[in-house]
Amino acid sequence: MVILSLRYPLKIPVYAECVSPDVFAGRSMKEISALKLWEGNKQRLLSDLFNIQDGDVDNPVKTTIQLQGDLRKVRMIGAKMSMGKIIIEGDIGMHLGAMMKGGEILVKGNVDSWLGCMMEGGRIEVTGSAADYVGAPYRGSTDGMKNGTIAIHGNAGNEVGCYMRGGLIRVDENVGEFAGVHMRDGTILVQGDCEGRAGAGMIDGKVIICGYVPSIPPTFTIDDIRPNVKIDGEKVTGPFYRFTGDSAENGKGRLFVSKNTNTHLSFYERYL
Amino acid sequence: MSLLIRNGFVYDPLNGVKGERMDIAIEEGKIADRVNEKKAKVIDASGMVVMPGGVDIHTHIAGAEVNAGRLLRPEDHIRDVEPKTTITRSGVGHSIPSTFTTGYRYARMGYTMICNPSMPPLEARHTHEELEDTPIVDKATFPLLGDWWFALEYLRDGMIKECATHVAWMILATKGYAIKIVNPGGVEAWGFGRNVRDLDDPVPNFGVTPREIIRGLCRVNQILNMPHTIHVHTNRLGQPGNYLTTIETMKTVEDLAKGDDPVIHITHCQFSAFKGDDWRTMRSGAEEIAKYVNYHSHVTLDMGQVAFTDTTTMTADGPWQYTLYELSGNKWINHDVETETGAGIVPFRYRRKSYVHATMWSIGLELALLVKDPWKMYLTTDHPNGAPFTTYPQIITWLVSNKAREKMLRRINRKAKKRSLLPSIDREYSLEEIAIVTRAGQAKALGLKNKGHLGVGADADVAIYGLDPRKTDASADYRTVRRAFEKTAYTIKGGKIVAKDDAIVKSVDGRTFWTDLTVPSCLGTSPCPEVLQDLRKRFREYWTVEFENYFIPERFLKASAPISVKPEM
Repeated sequence: MVILSLRYPLKIPVYAECVSPDVFAGRSMKEISALKLWEGNKQRLLSDLFNIQDGDVDNPVKTTIQLQGDLRKVRMIGAKMSMGKIIIEGDIGMHLGAMMKGGEILVKGNVDSWLGCMMEGGRIEVTGSAADYVGAPYRGSTDGMKNGTIAIHGNAGNEVGCYMRGGLIRVDENVGEFAGVHMRDGTILVQGDCEGRAGAGMIDGKVIICGYVPSIPPTFTIDDIRPNVKIDGEKVTGPFYRFTGDSAENGKGRLFVSKNTNTHLSFYERYL
Repeated sequence: MSLLIRNGFVYDPLNGVKGERMDIAIEEGKIADRVNEKKAKVIDASGMVVMPGGVDIHTHIAGAEVNAGRLLRPEDHIRDVEPKTTITRSGVGHSIPSTFTTGYRYARMGYTMICNPSMPPLEARHTHEELEDTPIVDKATFPLLGDWWFALEYLRDGMIKECATHVAWMILATKGYAIKIVNPGGVEAWGFGRNVRDLDDPVPNFGVTPREIIRGLCRVNQILNMPHTIHVHTNRLGQPGNYLTTIETMKTVEDLAKGDDPVIHITHCQFSAFKGDDWRTMRSGAEEIAKYVNYHSHVTLDMGQVAFTDTTTMTADGPWQYTLYELSGNKWINHDVETETGAGIVPFRYRRKSYVHATMWSIGLELALLVKDPWKMYLTTDHPNGAPFTTYPQIITWLVSNKAREKMLRRINRKAKKRSLLPSIDREYSLEEIAIVTRAGQAKALGLKNKGHLGVGADADVAIYGLDPRKTDASADYRTVRRAFEKTAYTIKGGKIVAKDDAIVKSVDGRTFWTDLTVPSCLGTSPCPEVLQDLRKRFREYWTVEFENYFIPERFLKASAPISVKPEM
């Protein structure tokens, strides 16, 4: 395990694509120290910013990385990683695990926006909360998260799973607006509430909301009440109202909303 | 500074030089007879190919439309980033690079003159500002006049002379170079949600037919004595069965030709050479078009070749862009430019395994190989519609090597491969022919006297490629050819070395060419009273811009290069 601890509090953003097990593996500690990253418009060495310790001297293959310190300004950690593990003790900045293909990231704190954007595989777990655009694509692109799992034990912001094409996002608490916006495929499970407009513009895939939603978009139609929903073999108990949409996009996505916590939606039962 | 390029294999088709070993002397930014060898900087070009700087007749690189495309596609930018160096500025973009990057990339490929073929007249200022920020290369831009209300009305009434006066004013007002016609009548019809079906389908609200527009503007072009012919994007572009419209378009101006000089340029012909009734039965109409072109001298074409990549389509042809949007389901922009023209932008990916895309790829190459005379057929991709201009070296390999074509044929859609004419064509371009289709022919078609050749007095724009024609068999070793054309060993612009071994070593400003029509009474900002009165009245009625603010004065251009022309009025 390689332990990176931040040397000084950061004032401007740092782009640290190089902090990835794929880059570290097969490199000596000296080579790792000399990796280059950008702090604002200045190019720095990894050792300029971080104290680098080798936690496991016997193992020459460095596939586990631990990060310590106030990392809220550090972006693009674990970008394009395909194996290994990154453990982050504390909060972390934007674009964590962008385009990640495999391996695991564990965050013991909160995460900023664009968590797992364009992710293609692997697993990200966050004990705290995440900001907006979890699993979203880059601006302008329609290729969101393709595969893998993102588990957030706290809250998540707006547009969770924007343009998602596969994989699973689980949020244990609440999410902001537009969960699953433009979704093409995959699953989003929200244990808490959604601020509204869940599934807007979705074409396929599943959005499950166990808590409260203020309303359902008008382009969704109710088609069933289900006792429970299955996700990867796991059973989420309901009952749930099942809506399909977004008909504005000719979509056949499924939006599950808990029946018990959303009594104000009971009027939909008339249309069954 | 004087330069001497020693011992290169020179390809200068306009002067009949076919790969002979010779020296090229440069003095004061022009090709010279000889220079003082002791004082001149000597470039050893032995074992290298020396050609005039490349000329691109059709490439969308600047203007409101291109910029809107940039705004539409942040995901195109993130994939292709060029950091700044001590000489160059930073830039982004795969299919629609930012202005500075466009200039650098063209220069690194050995191009020194490029033409921006579609400029809505109203956006001329914006276009010229962007062209100014496109370094190194010389530029020209063509205003869109085929759907302009003035032109439509005058042509309907058969008032060719009045139309010519207005067109002359517009060329001067926008500092344009040639008359561009896009889907004549169709773009205007699109303003009312319609399109024109063929050359004789009248334009709604105007009653003029596309045939009358093309013939009329062709006459206007002749009256004004413009250096380039009319530059036509045909009706029904991108629709199966449109090859008949294309041939009809060429036929309609046949009788206007005088001698062997061309009177019409059909641009990105590949998009206008589809046979069939719908997308499933779509086939290549290249053979018929090539046959027509081979027997007639009044036409020039450019390829509009497709390469399999992610790109952004943009044209003034609104209805066609709407079709593309419906086909792809991608995001899109639709735009109407007041009384003048329209525009549309759709991101697009050409896929090898798609029957239609693979057939389009084949059509472009079939056209280039079946048109026998390279002076009639130029290499373009209609950047960025068929592919970004950075794919030119790849397209060159398909032209010079049967093997390279076969290799791609094996990878494309099977049905498209089966129907493709390419396996039956053995022709391989020689380096001389490549020099014609990438520079000499285009310069000749544009009427640029000092471009595209290395004769004494020509602009000292030279591209030196690290390719030894004695050692390299282009057909077998097409990869070497591709590498050579991707990056020049030296690019010389105006007598200065601007690029060396794929790196920009000096950034200079390019000039902007425009047609300076010396119309005796209707010159410049003060046209003759009747025209002036007419223009003022219409401006008040139709435009959002005041007449006084419309005209671009010459001092607005950073490096103005007017080409004086005397109309036959």
